[in-house]
Order: sequence, then C-alpha cells, then structure tokens
Amino acid sequence: MILNVARKELKSVFASPMGWIILALLMFAFGTYFLNGVNDYFEVMSGAIRPAERYGVTQFVGQTVYGLASFIMLFAVPLLSMRLISEERRSQTLPFLFSAPLSLTEIVLGKFLGLVAFLSILIVYIALMLSTLNIWSEIDFGYILANSLGLFLLVAGFSALGLYFSSLTSQPVVAAILSFIALFALMILDRFFAGDPSNTLAHLSLMNHFQSFAGGLIDTADVAYFVLFTATFLILTIRRLDADRLRG
Amino acid sequence: MTRQIIMTNLTVEAIELTRLYGGREAVSNVSFNLTQGQVLGFLGPNGAGKSTTMKMLTGNLAPSAGSVKICGIDMIENPKEAKALIGYLPEMRPLYKEFTVDEYLTIAARLHRVASRNIKKAVETAKERCGLTHMSKRLIENLSNGYQQRVGIAQAIIHNPMVVILDEPTVGLDPIQIRDIRTLIREIGTDHSVILSTHILPEVEMVCDHVQIIDKGKLVFNGGIDVLKRQRVGNKLLIGFNNAPAPADLLQIAGVSEAETLENNMMRVRFAENTTPHESIVQAAVKNGWGLYQIAPDQTSLEDVFVQLTYQDAAAVETPVA
Repeated sequence: MILNVARKELKSVFASPMGWIILALLMFAFGTYFLNGVNDYFEVMSGAIRPAERYGVTQFVGQTVYGLASFIMLFAVPLLSMRLISEERRSQTLPFLFSAPLSLTEIVLGKFLGLVAFLSILIVYIALMLSTLNIWSEIDFGYILANSLGLFLLVAGFSALGLYFSSLTSQPVVAAILSFIALFALMILDRFFAGDPSNTLAHLSLMNHFQSFAGGLIDTADVAYFVLFTATFLILTIRRLDADRLRG
Repeated sequence: MTRQIIMTNLTVEAIELTRLYGGREAVSNVSFNLTQGQVLGFLGPNGAGKSTTMKMLTGNLAPSAGSVKICGIDMIENPKEAKALIGYLPEMRPLYKEFTVDEYLTIAARLHRVASRNIKKAVETAKERCGLTHMSKRLIENLSNGYQQRVGIAQAIIHNPMVVILDEPTVGLDPIQIRDIRTLIREIGTDHSVILSTHILPEVEMVCDHVQIIDKGKLVFNGGIDVLKRQRVGNKLLIGFNNAPAPADLLQIAGVSEAETLENNMMRVRFAENTTPHESIVQAAVKNGWGLYQIAPDQTSLEDVFVQLTYQDAAAVETPVA
C-alpha cells in the first residue's frame, strides 16, 4: 500500500514537465562539474605538487560533484516537496486518500518514499557518472559509496522536513519558502558556532553530520542522526494530518 | 464477514453522532441505520451539517461523540477495513487533474485494494457505467465540469463498495446526464446502499426510498419517501367558484372542517381525515348555483414540506419521525 502511494506520487511528478526539467537541469549541472573536475585534476596534479600532497582522482572529482549536489538539494528538495500535501490541500484532493483504506502512516510514508525515490535517480546517476572514471583509472568505490549514502540520508532528511512544512499550509509556495529557510538555517548552524564546536546546537547542524560522509567515512553516529531527523519529521507530519481528522 | 452482512443486512449504522466545532454543535446526536438495497436521500439547508455527517461516515472526520459502523465494522477501531467498504465522492471532487481518466481510475482502484489482475476490468466497468469510455485518454483537467463529475462518481464505485456516499452528485450536470446518473444511482442501490445529499427535492422523490432531513445539526425527519409524499398531499381541496359562497355555507357540508376564501374566486377547503366530501361539494355547488369551474387537490409542494420541517420549532416536528 505504501508503494502504491509512492507510485502515485512518482507518476504525478512525471505527469508534468516539472519533474523532467528538474532532472535534466540537475544532471546538466552535475555533468558540467564532473567535466570541470576531471580537467582541473589534470591541471593541478600535473603541476608542481609534492607527491605526499597528491590525492586520488575519485576524491578530487567526487568532492566537487558531491559538494555541489548537497548544496543544490537545498533548493531542489523544497521545490519538489512543497506540493506533496499542500497542493492536495489546496485542490481538496486529500479526502481521496483519507477515504481510501489507507492509514495516515501509509499515506505519509508513501509520499515520502515517492519523493526520495525520485531524488535517488540523481544519486544513482552521480554514482554511475563517477564510476566511469574506472575505465582508465582505478577508483575508490568506497568513497563513492560513502558519499552516495551520505547524500541519500541528507536528501531523506530534507524530504521529511519538506513534507512536514508542506502539511502545515495549503499554499505550496509558503511551504517551499518555509522549508528552504529551515533547511538553510540547519545547514549553516555550525558556522554560527564555529568558535565553539562542542556546543549542543552545533551538533544539530546537518552539514556537520554530512562532513564525515563527504570524507568517505560512514559513521554510525551520523547515520543515526539522519535517521532520527527523518523519523522525527515524518512522525510530526502524521500527527499534523491526524489533527486534521480530529479538529476538522 | 460476509455471513454477518447477510445476517444483519445493516450496511451503515450511525450511532448518536455528534461533532463539535469550537463548542458549537455542527451535528448533534444523529442516529440512523441503512440496510442493503436502500437509497437514502440526505436533505437540509446550507450549513445544516450534511457534509459534516458524510465526512464522519467516511472517516474523514473524527466524531466528537458517537460511532459509525459499516457492515458491522467500527470506523474508529478498524478504519482500514471499514473504509474498504465505502466509496465516497466529496462535495469538492478529489481529482488529480494532471492524470488521464484511465490513469486516475487505475490509481483509485489500486488504492482501494482491487486485486491487480482485476484492475483493468474494474476501470473498464466503472467507465462504462458512468459513460466515460470515449474519454479514457483525455486529461481530467481538459474535461468539462459534467464529465469531471462522472469521473468523481466512477472513482467512488470502482471497487464495487457496499456503501456509496455521494455528496451532491448531480451538481454541474446537464439534464440528460442527471437522468443517467439517477439511473446509475438506482442501479447501484439495488444491491448496495447509497447515501446521497442534494438540494434538488424532486431528485429525492425520484431516486430515494428513504429520506432524512437535517437542520442545524439535528435530524428533523427520518422516514420513507411515502411518508413525505403523504405529508405533501394532505386533506385539502382547491376549488374555483364563479360566485363564491360564504365560507360558512361550505362548512355545513359533512366532512368539511375549514374553509377560506382566496383571491381569484378560489377557495381552500380542508376536510377531516377519512372523509371524501368532494362529491357533496359539487352537488351543493350545482344546487346553489355557485358556478363551480375547478376542483383539485391542493398539493403542498415538496419545497413547502421542506420549509415547514426545517423552520418549525423542534417540538412540533417530533410527529413525522417514523
């Protein structure tokens, strides 16, 4: 049942040009960065760099592409998540889901899964693109795996937050702006506490936890952070929809 | 479960449904039952609580008190099982306009747990019943209002539910479509139960065999359509005289209990239950040369009955409740 809701969401993304355009634009951006990364690698590494300071092509190119990806998702996710619930609220289609034999959890998880599945296309695409380097060089697949997982968790967290803000309002644009502001604040939180990295608030920063993945490290503490972050907002969304049913 | 349905035959049980909106009672203490094969018409002025009641029946809104049972399954305790037995078309059609008719109905069938091998057939049947077969590949967005309404109805009957709940199903349709939809509702009503709300009173007379009138959140009438029709005819005659007699003259005729003079030489005569003074009145008119030119039963329109029921104070209305 969750899959059926997710299928409906995916279908609705691709029913309008919006889904295709976002995919195309992002793939173009990632492709350009990938190309630039490869070019830069030759320029930099062929230059006067001491052997001790040299590092692999995977990391060099991957760093630019994944850096861009995490930044672009900050804009892309609110744009895609805004319509998930608020659009249904506005066009009054929510009763269609509410009167179907589905629990609220299934509806929310289905919508979440639909969005994450769409964004996963991009994650897989990036991983495949970087893997092509393997044709003429030996690359570090572990690094790609860690980054893909990190990006996936980051996107899942973004989507859950976006879904929650989408459930708060019946105006998709308001939902997009709110989730963008919230995500942006969470991203740069660690900058505010740069002088005091042990501060509790600094630990809440999304970027802080993404850093270890970006370095190729899968840290269970960070995985747990993203899983909890995602679960929190999904539960809040379910509660918000339940309040609709109770309060009317 | 099937055995239970056959045994009780009750498809919908609403038990003392109450819904508060910030302390104000939008629906208060509404109870009724519906059995298989009944079509229930839900009437009431704007804001009377029709839609709120329907939302509670379909599990879109939690009742503040009371409970709903669909074929014996409690909506609050087992919402998924109960909802699987209901097809619902809300007042605002819940259509995803970016899909084609086929795509939308397939999604509806899938979400309503139609087995995947039966989905194609279910979609075809629903389209056929609602006259949508030639619109399969059209985007819902581009359909006319009436066709969108048909898609809404198709969505509600696609999983062949035990109870179909339609909130104002004939809004926005042309007269021919309305006739088709009424036939369809009657057809569904033969083996399932239908609840429909409407503002159009003749429609209720044509389609429903059970009527409920709700006003200010309270059920003011609940009974068969024949009870309502009987109310409507009443023991009244409308008589036209060229030289009208005084009301007192008419009162002398056996059975006449009341007489009043109206404009245009018309008179309204009320007679006691179980008497037929029609013939005596005609005879008297001939004998006394009153110049009788018209005599007809004075039918209160359904609108009048409706107005009477909804604007009388509660005490006086107790009687018609069957």
